Amino acid sequence: MYVAVKGGEKAIKNAHDWLAQIRRGNTKISEIKISQLSEQLTLSVDRIISEGSLFDRELAALALKQSRGDLIEAIFLIRAFRTTLPRLATSKPINTTKMICKRRISATFKDIPGGQNLGPTFDYTHRLLDGLKGPKNLVIDTETDRAEDLDMPKILDLLNKEGLIEDQIDTLEEPIDITRSSIQYPTTRAARLQALSRADEGFLLGLAYSTQRGYGGTHAFIGELRIGLVAVNVEIPELEITITVAEIEVTECETINQFTGSKKELAKFTRGYGLVMGQCERKAISMALVDRALRWKELGESYQNVPTQNEEFVISHCDNIQSTGFVEHIKLPHYVDFQSELELVRKIRSQQMKD
Amino acid sequence: MDELKYNFAYLDEQTKKTIRRAILKGLSIPGYQVPFSSREMPMPYGWGTGGIQVTSSCIKQDDTLKVIDQGSDDTTNAVSIRNFFKRVTNVQTTEDTNKATIIQTRHRIPEIPLVEKQILVYQVPTPEPFRFLEPSEFETRKIHALKEYGIMHLKLYEDISKNGHISTSYNYPVLVDDNYISAPSPIPKFDNPKMNNNPAIQLFGAGREQRIYAIPPYTKVISLDFEDYPFEATKANAVCQLCGATDSYLDEIIIDNAGGRMFVCSDTNYCHNNLLKKIYNP
Repeated sequence: MYVAVKGGEKAIKNAHDWLAQIRRGNTKISEIKISQLSEQLTLSVDRIISEGSLFDRELAALALKQSRGDLIEAIFLIRAFRTTLPRLATSKPINTTKMICKRRISATFKDIPGGQNLGPTFDYTHRLLDGLKGPKNLVIDTETDRAEDLDMPKILDLLNKEGLIEDQIDTLEEPIDITRSSIQYPTTRAARLQALSRADEGFLLGLAYSTQRGYGGTHAFIGELRIGLVAVNVEIPELEITITVAEIEVTECETINQFTGSKKELAKFTRGYGLVMGQCERKAISMALVDRALRWKELGESYQNVPTQNEEFVISHCDNIQSTGFVEHIKLPHYVDFQSELELVRKIRSQQMKD
Repeated sequence: MDELKYNFAYLDEQTKKTIRRAILKGLSIPGYQVPFSSREMPMPYGWGTGGIQVTSSCIKQDDTLKVIDQGSDDTTNAVSIRNFFKRVTNVQTTEDTNKATIIQTRHRIPEIPLVEKQILVYQVPTPEPFRFLEPSEFETRKIHALKEYGIMHLKLYEDISKNGHISTSYNYPVLVDDNYISAPSPIPKFDNPKMNNNPAIQLFGAGREQRIYAIPPYTKVISLDFEDYPFEATKANAVCQLCGATDSYLDEIIIDNAGGRMFVCSDTNYCHNNLLKKIYNP
């Protein structure tokens, strides 16, 4: 009689070998280069950057290749690498007012100072497959001009001049770093925004949809959505200078939501905020809706018992690396616990049969 | 890119320090769940990242490591974790419970009694024993702070009234040092009594939930029960068909298409040692 109590080591090696082979695919077809991925699958790379919380296009593309295109697996590779990196400095907050925008739109005004700028969007494409030869790409030799001196004021700031929208008040509190300390509930908006910014796009999308459809009500207008480059600045205390260490692409979404007011306070609109690394528009919009929904208590709204009003529910379940780990771990051996359940059910059944 | 270099035991020293502080706090308040800033590890959450971080923070060059999953050194995940530590620490590993200084485990406590200076590291999925009675962390922290522990006894009572038995067979709640109710991690309740007054240090790491807790050596650990329904450490009513042990926790293995089955020790090192004894001292 043969009982397989040994063999784990060999099984793992074989599985890894097979994985390496299948990742390569048919060897008659040339192997994809990391630079091809970072240049041509840019939105996949952007999602890995955003949810992996590490701005490095080359590493994100490497992760995409290593993971056979499984984005959550790729995000996981990046997270596991990111956590080993030393913290050399803390940058100053990025200034999105000074963003060099490649896309910038407002849904609340027909025209805006600085202009509406569609940028590279799918929005008005017809979703017709381009045929088996693939999409018709456009090749332009010259680099696009950098419109650095264009004045693109924030639309919500313009509203604020009239006092029509709530002020953004800096609490001056040092925000916690959710990658360096564990979140305690109830938590702060700063901690929530950090968690939402690296949250799973699909999860946030579903939550945002639920608030629009009827489980809650955020009634959002997109005040402004902008995508572009911002400078990352670091202050060098010894030299008393600030230097730009990097330029990163971010997507920012500011929503204008239902107004509040009371006898004492004039009616005004409220805000939702989304900021995501890379070009991740769907995610930034979803984030702004969920942020606004989670602010119900601060804004004196009533509790409607919907998921997006429960910060512990949203924040504890939004991270896809945590979710996928716990959901998928049930495929690991559990036979010891199952055995104890088997014994218990047999015992209860035999008792029941006696009765 | 060339091969990336990692620190001894993967985590950087700063992170290890913060984890050690959480461990020391846990040892000072037995059974209390200490929040810590859990890191993403190169294995998924649910694969033992909490235990791995605890082991990484405790392990030294001269340690001997044993890793088990379901009581066995050769289950796939135990092999994988052992290989990880070999790769990032190069320490000695062993399958022999007696020779190990650190034992990382998932779902079992070894059959051979542990001794002083050994560390048993548990991988914990859900550190909060009240989680399935109360989903909110905010609320469960209050339950512990106020020691409002009645609902756990109520749950056990409802089990008895519904099924005639307490229908918790693993992860059976314990009272540590007459103070905090804690989750022993999903070990079968057969193993619970081994936690009591154990000479070894017992450390619990929950990576995804970002909690560490601990039981110092020689601490009183009691499984919750009632006077008329005392706690029972149950196992299959059989003997190991490989080594003949009557006192060990048994796995049931299906051996043919007709559903025929055999029972063998879940602790493979214990079983192996028993077999050796039989061969050399028949």
